[in-house]
Amino acid sequence: MKKMLNIALPKGRLGEKVYDLFEKAGYECPSIKENSRKLVFENSEKGVRYFWVKPSDVSVYVERGAADLGVAGKDILLEYAPDVYELLDLKIGKCSMAVAAKREFVDDRNKPLTVATKFANIAKRYYAKQGREIDVVPLNGSIELAPILGLSDVIVDIVETGSTLKENDLVVVEKFLPISARLIANKSSFKFKTEEVEEVQKKLQALTQETE
Amino acid sequence: MDRLKKILSAEEWTALNLRALYAENGYEKYRMSKFEEYDLYARNKDFLVSDSVITFTDTDGKLLALKPDVTLSIIKNAKPQVGKAMKVYYHENVYRVSKGTRAYKELAQAGLECLGDVSEEDLAEVVYLAAKSLDTVSNRNVLELSELTVVDGVLRYCGLDTTARQALWARLAEKNLAGVQEIAKCAGMSEMKASLLEKLVTTYGSADAVLPKLDVFRVNEETAKAVDAFKALIRSLQARGVGEKLRIDFSVLGDMNYYNGLAFKGFVEGLPTWILSGGRYDKLMAKMGKQGKAVGFAVYLDEIAKLKA
Repeated sequence: MKKMLNIALPKGRLGEKVYDLFEKAGYECPSIKENSRKLVFENSEKGVRYFWVKPSDVSVYVERGAADLGVAGKDILLEYAPDVYELLDLKIGKCSMAVAAKREFVDDRNKPLTVATKFANIAKRYYAKQGREIDVVPLNGSIELAPILGLSDVIVDIVETGSTLKENDLVVVEKFLPISARLIANKSSFKFKTEEVEEVQKKLQALTQETE
Repeated sequence: MDRLKKILSAEEWTALNLRALYAENGYEKYRMSKFEEYDLYARNKDFLVSDSVITFTDTDGKLLALKPDVTLSIIKNAKPQVGKAMKVYYHENVYRVSKGTRAYKELAQAGLECLGDVSEEDLAEVVYLAAKSLDTVSNRNVLELSELTVVDGVLRYCGLDTTARQALWARLAEKNLAGVQEIAKCAGMSEMKASLLEKLVTTYGSADAVLPKLDVFRVNEETAKAVDAFKALIRSLQARGVGEKLRIDFSVLGDMNYYNGLAFKGFVEGLPTWILSGGRYDKLMAKMGKQGKAVGFAVYLDEIAKLKA
């Protein structure tokens, strides 16, 4: 008998794209598209149970086994380093991790650089490589506001099109890390639901190669 | 027995069963002090799972630590005799920092160590006892085995430098095929070598399915020898009747500064992480100035409490 797979999807635009990919791969669950307050969506015939969670929480659900599979951005995986398998680059939700600053900003290497970011670990690693001393300002949203108000010199954040930056008169200093969505799996689930997980992996892989 | 089982927690019950299992197989109980000189842990920091150690000063000003690990203490005090393996088991509490909350926690561990003149037979027995340990927790379990000498040998054969090798170990642990391919591409590797690296990710599964596929990793004398020993070990485990539970998987890794050869991890269905971890650590023995080989494992009893009946 096929075992049910619990799949954590990231809420938001990326999540919808991800669900479409699963649907195309043959793991549809029509009830998910109905506007309802339900949190869990199940298609027992296909052996899948989906739920939406905050994107940065996907790796927590998967690492702790509440979800067997999940889709998380590479940014989240690098920041939190969850102990999970990273089975596939889905090649969607592509963007970059970048340093951005006010147009007129000039880096003074005699002072520590203040960096506002949601990704403290990624920022620390990036600047440690350059031997640059930094002061991290941890924020959870509206990162672009920090340099405008003088809260930080620069920001380290995800840049997709760069339009939010442009509208706020900020410029990208450097894009240093390509990001895309990854299929991740709980290590224990992979042992006990091997066939089911491999099937999802194979079908999604076929789709991502098609779109390349 | 039933009377006892009723009042004991799953963790306590398992611990008793494990102790019986080890004692019945000729292992002696090893008892140790709650604390050790801090120096022991400071010198072997990378061997420890958690990076912080609880320290305090003794009445004479010496820095002591609450033990974060049992293996180091056992090796330090081991006096292995020639021609014989020292076989001990333990049931102890260790003190570590929890990854999520960054707070100290006390964890119960049971496990065993086999030190000194470890024969092939002893090695197989340790892995057999690891498999049997999982059975005491749940029937639905798997024991994953990996061979670090093979993995390291293949990585060196492919011409990767230290930094690239480290990055590759991390990608292997994630089963990250795309990541492995990227490293191979950056290193400008031949197609043949790149496909060999890919096979480290894609070669996994039951012993019967994987055994015939292992010969591709015989790239030089060192790995050929390791592959042969690995196969012989698995066959002897099959003969002991635990073959069904075995999986071969090169995503099971350990720090090559301490570990060599065999590494293994045990999982039971219903728990999200491994609950048993072990392997060969001859290098740690050598680092601590001891002669001979070492193999052992630990069962993380606190995880078992989370298992739903």
